[in-house]
Amino acid sequence: MSGPSKYTPKSAFARWLEKRLPILSFMYDSFVAYPTPKNLNYLWTFGAILFFMLIAQIVTGVVLAMHYTAETTLAFDSVERIMRDVNWGMFLRYAHANGASLFFFAAYIHMFRGLYYGSYKSPREVLWILGVIIFLLMMATGFLGYVLPWGQMSFWAATVITNLFSAIPVVGNAIKTWLLGGYSVDNATLNRFYALHYLMPFVIFAVVAIHVWALHVTGQNNPTGVEVKSVERETVPFTPYATFKDAVGIGVILVLYAWLTFFAPNYLGHPDNYIPANPLSTPPHIVPEWYFLPFYAILRAIPNKLAGVVALFASVLILAALPWLDTSKVKSARYRPLFRVFFWVFVGVCVALGYLGAQPPEGAFLIAARLCSAWYFLHLLVILPLLGKFERTQPEPASIEASIAAQTAALKEVAHV
Amino acid sequence: MTDPKRRDILFLGAGAMAAVAAGGMVWPLIDQMNPDASTLALASIEVDLAGIVPGQIVTVKWRGKPVFVRRRTPAEIKEAENAPLAGLPDPEPDAKRVQKPEWLVVVGVCTHLGCIPLGHEGEFDGWFCPCHGSTYDVSGRIRSGPAPTNLEVPKYVFLSDMKIKIG
Repeated sequence: MSGPSKYTPKSAFARWLEKRLPILSFMYDSFVAYPTPKNLNYLWTFGAILFFMLIAQIVTGVVLAMHYTAETTLAFDSVERIMRDVNWGMFLRYAHANGASLFFFAAYIHMFRGLYYGSYKSPREVLWILGVIIFLLMMATGFLGYVLPWGQMSFWAATVITNLFSAIPVVGNAIKTWLLGGYSVDNATLNRFYALHYLMPFVIFAVVAIHVWALHVTGQNNPTGVEVKSVERETVPFTPYATFKDAVGIGVILVLYAWLTFFAPNYLGHPDNYIPANPLSTPPHIVPEWYFLPFYAILRAIPNKLAGVVALFASVLILAALPWLDTSKVKSARYRPLFRVFFWVFVGVCVALGYLGAQPPEGAFLIAARLCSAWYFLHLLVILPLLGKFERTQPEPASIEASIAAQTAALKEVAHV
Repeated sequence: MTDPKRRDILFLGAGAMAAVAAGGMVWPLIDQMNPDASTLALASIEVDLAGIVPGQIVTVKWRGKPVFVRRRTPAEIKEAENAPLAGLPDPEPDAKRVQKPEWLVVVGVCTHLGCIPLGHEGEFDGWFCPCHGSTYDVSGRIRSGPAPTNLEVPKYVFLSDMKIKIG
């Protein structure tokens, strides 16, 4: 994408500004003229969807912060006040809570797209790692935010997660006390969690900017996994093509967002969080929000405390090593029939782990969780490296142009039958 | 201009819907900063006048500000009604400032810079503001000092002979 700008200033003011801060040409080159592969499917709209969700969460969050009080005796009631007294408060609260769910939903689709089409492979390794960093920041932000309403689940989720740190040998307890600001989850914890929850989304914003920068350096991957060879014949300008495709994607997600927010606002939540936090009473089943369930299942599958914590963090961090774990030269699963099978098994395992994370860790559930956790790591650490060496891949198309031509020809044949 | 094509109609329709949707999304974000239901609930208060004796000033809190409820003695009423309007900085007949002459209801915030004036003080035995010396009479009118206007009379109604609702 480097080279002279394609932007020509149309007014005297534009010329004046360009000489002093070339922001107009920057915006033009990045989001209007930017060459986008012609063959992208709707899975590629999820980047824009995620950006939209980030803005939505920041906007609803700042507005909620005008009415929320982070003090243990006041927090729960302040949220109820938002729900009952603040103009549009109920809508804003539900929008923020369900927005978080959609944010993670879109993130998982976005990540699985990357997994399927090999978007993490060279030259996009840094892009992928930045994405893993964004995901980690999202997990932290989501966890911190869930504590703020100070319901039973808020409190006990905070207790469980901060207890994880005591698993660290030697310094574990000191770290846990330092995180809590006390000997248990209390006012000090709630206040610092509020400050950090307000901060993290802006850190995410910054890393997203670098993520988009890294993307624009290499250009998008595409469903064939074959890099763009001819900008004139294989790409279209981002505006209007990708802009409007993204708008359609966002529109569809908004339908889901609206349905959840207006018709099933508490469906994804836990009723126990409408009970004010009680440090002296543990709920019978402590579960995190649905987007953390797979990792929760992995944590509880391992009988050893420290090993479980290590497995939990490893299950996320290992994703950063993906560009080097997958040894195949072929990027896209379209031309990797055996990889495709393992990919969908992996998806099934992730979904199964999600289900198991919500069940009590005993009996058949525990055995299943252990098997699935083992398979999760097996897939990433053993299957992917071996597949690259032994899989017989199908021939990749010579270029995106060739792939589009072949598809068009195939469609014409079907039409003429 | 050529006939509108289907594409133009679609563009216009989609654009209009998007504008409506954007407006619909933006309005709650703005309106949430308006006073919420709990603040609006305190927008009106009822004051029981039964225990107040003639000559007494009672201060109540209304919308976060003090309101003076003064039961005026007959002498004070006469003084308020007969005061010459010509010399007043903000001329206003007493009749316009009270619904029943016996009861004066004014917001207890000096119209100069916002301090709370002291009752039964000053040359006219009305109020005196210690901050910069504004002097008000028994009708709450400014007589001398830097305050530009009379003490504000809030909206109030008599619910009964001995009960008012302010706001």
